[in-house]
Amino acid sequence: MDDMKIKLLQALEQNHKISIKTLATMLKISEKEVKEMIEELEEAKIILGYVTLIDWEKTDNNDNVTAIIDVKVTPQRDVGFDTIAQRICRFPEVKSVYLMSGSYDLSVMIEGTSMKKVAFFVAEKLASLENVQSTATHFVLKKYKQDGIVFEEDENDHRLVISP
Amino acid sequence: MASGIKGIISLGVGESDFVTPWHIREASVYSLERGHTNYTPNSGLPELRQQICRYLHKKFGLEYDYSQEILITVGVSEAIDIALRCVLEPGDEVIIPEPCFVSYKPCTLMAGGAPKTVSTQEANHFKLMPEDLEEAITDKSKVLLMSYPNNPTGAVMNREELEAVARIVEKHDLLVISDEIYSELNYNGDHVSFSSLPGMKERTVLLNGFSKSFAMTGWRVGYAAASEDIISAMLKVHQYTIMCAPVMGQMAAIEALKNGEKEVKRMKAHYDQRRNLIANGLNQMGLSCFEPKGAFYVFPSIKSTGMNSLNFCEELLKEEKVAVVPGDAFGQCGEGYVRCSYAASMEQITEALNRMERFLQRQQKQKKIFALNN
Repeated sequence: MDDMKIKLLQALEQNHKISIKTLATMLKISEKEVKEMIEELEEAKIILGYVTLIDWEKTDNNDNVTAIIDVKVTPQRDVGFDTIAQRICRFPEVKSVYLMSGSYDLSVMIEGTSMKKVAFFVAEKLASLENVQSTATHFVLKKYKQDGIVFEEDENDHRLVISP
Repeated sequence: MASGIKGIISLGVGESDFVTPWHIREASVYSLERGHTNYTPNSGLPELRQQICRYLHKKFGLEYDYSQEILITVGVSEAIDIALRCVLEPGDEVIIPEPCFVSYKPCTLMAGGAPKTVSTQEANHFKLMPEDLEEAITDKSKVLLMSYPNNPTGAVMNREELEAVARIVEKHDLLVISDEIYSELNYNGDHVSFSSLPGMKERTVLLNGFSKSFAMTGWRVGYAAASEDIISAMLKVHQYTIMCAPVMGQMAAIEALKNGEKEVKRMKAHYDQRRNLIANGLNQMGLSCFEPKGAFYVFPSIKSTGMNSLNFCEELLKEEKVAVVPGDAFGQCGEGYVRCSYAASMEQITEALNRMERFLQRQQKQKKIFALNN
């Protein structure tokens, strides 16, 4: 992939709200080129979506709980972990699924409206799946940093207003 | 004046908006935990001097002996002062291309020298022209003190242009104090160190540091690289006035040189994109500026507004709360220009540009009304 595409992706990864016009100025290419490149990257599924990172704790809608589940799985002949992982992905409660090295196989992040609901989801939907050997549920108590963004940061600029 | 007003966007700051990369801060904290709180050798920690020699070799192909030819100073600011004090006899002339960093002239005067400024022009992208340099030289000329990439103009000099300067330096037997603090921020190819030009190493005091490249302004660590004669003289002044640069900063600088390259590249990529944004925005609103090639400043002309630099800055600050620096703060030939730093976030730059455009439009309207009434 060419250097310009990488630069475009890096800029968008930080802030996808930057206008096409600004991107074109920043990267010193035409707006048409930016537009085409973005379309191309979307079609190639390199850009998968544009999501917004929200600190729900600061809203009234803050009673969701998140849990990370360590799942041990028996891999299947020919397909390994893929079939079971894809099956787990289909549940809308599941926010992310990673195949891990180490003492368990899949790391599954689940969001629900209460601890009880999450726990039942794990017991009824996840643990009962064929090939799932065991699960261990860890509830998230507080988020400090996500996707490179620190939730509560001292953002004061300590610099002098004018300096030589 | 600027410090008391709320809601200011400052493009007047001469330092990075990034904080020092965490691995560098962490290394300094760790060194404190281990009890590194003592004096270092006067010339600086040997490991730091070795790392600097390695860096200068890798980047510019320079060969310096860490034990005799490197001195760690409290920022480049100290190095400028003591270098001048060591090489000047009373009345010696120091040739200084302007606009330039604010301390060059005062430090020359304090060292008993006579500053002789050479104006550089926007038409030449604020580069030092060989014929202008030649014209400024007299029998008393001893030193050429210059800095490229340049604060405040963002000018850089390429190899051929520096070689033309080097030929004149040789012809007139001058010493060069080359302040290369912005060497990592060159957007137009690799920085050429003046010392690396044929025959120039012996006549150059190379100054550099960590403030701009590694976002380490507050740590105050810089260095001088020069011949043993000059370094040993500088070391005498340094040891009696400063003793040694603070050890915490030196420890941090070691980490910066060892593992900081990736962060330097990251920050530079950010500056580069902001540079495009701000230069484009200023030109579009009618404040013409040449595309700066280095450092993190643009130096637009404000002559079209009919105001002088100080006036422009004061009015802009009052009306739109954007702080920029009058160009004449960097020498008389900077009059008619202002310095805008793009070491600010994309959002701040965009907002500042909006405010400046609004300010200009209002000024133009007032001008028209004034013209109609007269």
